Amino acid sequence: MANPDKPKAERGVMRWVDDRFPATQMWQEHLSKYYAPKNFNFWYFFGSLALLVLVNQILTGIWLTMSFNPSAEGAFASVEYIMRDVEWGWLIRYMHSTGASAFFVVVYLHMFRGLLYGSYKAPRELVWIFGMAIYLALMAEAFMGYLLPWGQMSYWGAQVIISLFSAIPGIGPDLAQWVRGDYLISGITLNRFFALHVVALPIVILALVVLHIIALHEVGSNNPDGIDIKARKDESGKPLDGIPFHPYYTVKDIVGVAVFLFVFCAVIFYFPEGGGYFLEKPNFEPANPLKTPDHIAPVWYFTPFYAILRAINFSLFGLDAKFLGVVCMGAAIAVLFVLPWLDRSPVRSIRYKGWVSKLMLTLFALSFIVLGVLGVLPPTAARTVLAQLCTVLYFAFFLLMPFYSRWEKTKPVPERVTG
Amino acid sequence: MTDSGVNKGRRRFLVGATSVVGAAGAVGVAVPFLSSWQPSARARAAGAPVKADISKLEPGQRMTVEWRGRPVWVLYRTPEMIERTEALGGELLADPGSEEPQQPGYAGGPLRAIRPEIGVLIGICTHLGCSPLFKPDPGADDVGVADWPGGFFCPCHGSRFDLAGRVFANVPAPLNLEVPPYRFESDDVIVVGEDEETA
Repeated sequence: MANPDKPKAERGVMRWVDDRFPATQMWQEHLSKYYAPKNFNFWYFFGSLALLVLVNQILTGIWLTMSFNPSAEGAFASVEYIMRDVEWGWLIRYMHSTGASAFFVVVYLHMFRGLLYGSYKAPRELVWIFGMAIYLALMAEAFMGYLLPWGQMSYWGAQVIISLFSAIPGIGPDLAQWVRGDYLISGITLNRFFALHVVALPIVILALVVLHIIALHEVGSNNPDGIDIKARKDESGKPLDGIPFHPYYTVKDIVGVAVFLFVFCAVIFYFPEGGGYFLEKPNFEPANPLKTPDHIAPVWYFTPFYAILRAINFSLFGLDAKFLGVVCMGAAIAVLFVLPWLDRSPVRSIRYKGWVSKLMLTLFALSFIVLGVLGVLPPTAARTVLAQLCTVLYFAFFLLMPFYSRWEKTKPVPERVTG
Repeated sequence: MTDSGVNKGRRRFLVGATSVVGAAGAVGVAVPFLSSWQPSARARAAGAPVKADISKLEPGQRMTVEWRGRPVWVLYRTPEMIERTEALGGELLADPGSEEPQQPGYAGGPLRAIRPEIGVLIGICTHLGCSPLFKPDPGADDVGVADWPGGFFCPCHGSRFDLAGRVFANVPAPLNLEVPPYRFESDDVIVVGEDEETA
């Protein structure tokens, strides 16, 4: 019913909605009047691409649950049923399995952008922490999703990862049993992972994405120069170096989406198994608890951390190698959370940091890639030494940052963005 | 509203008391949710003891039975295997005397068994739960060590165990292979999952 207190001219549909729900206000705050720096470059595509992949995962995931059977007896066969008998089932499954790898590709590039331009530094610490929480939830989501097809690698990969809990002294074995819900990974584990993968974790991830974006829009986006565009505004209060997110960046992101979809579709249609890295070969065999595959490697996006775990093959301070490896692997992820407080540089962007920061970031990125490659390969003595070296470099980037970021000579930061 | 006339002490008490009761309720509600993740009655029943008939096991052979979903190896060691295993030096093994509680008390000695020729081991690597491969022949070239005395080799991360399941030094696995509780029901039948004493 129209509100009789309002003059007739203000009685449009949007007016009616806005009186009851801040639709126009939200549109303006987050899109049409959200001023983003005008010098965004290539690295700024990956946030919106991550959102696109998230939508892809949710949509294809919902469709997959319609034909999937989350039981030890039926899971493997139902995936084959989706692949062979369900109309377009193969496409929906490949969109989902390729989407999982694509998610980590864009998220790793998105995180590297943050490292490059100091997007984690004050006042964006919470943006970074919410983002890291998304990354953590995403790893749990991917890990649990990988068990569902109930292939050999699903089974034995989960076996290796859940055993990590049992390395914790004292409560470890009971904790691992509690996670499995059985004396071994069984249909009980599969069922609960299914519930977590399709209900619990997606809710958590969606909530965290909302928090990530609200925090970002509260403080404003960083940019490749790492300078604050809100410091210089025109007479109407708009940042001189800012442009409205919509239409400028929505249109720019469409170009990114188009390029991304070219690559994504090429993988889906021509390399859906990603050379054995997106869908590993042993996973085309049903899970068999009595037969270990000759070589167990986690999916590629976990291998850097897996390589760190394996690099620790010595005992120290009375802690055995297995527990120490788990601690180092956990620390490799945990240290990212405190990054905003490790960087003491007066500038944000790598463009104006000194040569030490540039060298350390390069070494860090290289060690992460090398660890990723080593984590896929079976261990040898030489590879273990290389993994140990890369682990040291990985941690040196973070743990030495309070020193080199403060003491190195930085370049003067311009007042306006440089494009 | 102003704070005048407010009994702050009573307000603080009520806030505190409500919080404590609420927290206690939350803990109480958490119990069924957390306990629900424990193995169910059916899973526990499925973990009951299993019997293995070893009458057809030849010397040098290994058979695998499933107990609680895990592979349990029953190994018939030849006299040469026993000799080689007992002769292994302490510096090669991480825990030659089986000090760590990875076996029931009645499975003692270097061979960690009730009867020296019959070894019973859970075939799960103590590193990260893979199932090691049976490499009984001395000098196997794919194990990666010279003078391989025969034993088990884990393909995942390269851990090595001798024919008594004792772990070699300087491999990722920290502990000897686990010996499950077991007893001989007769000369030819082993019950895995039940202790000797309780029989």
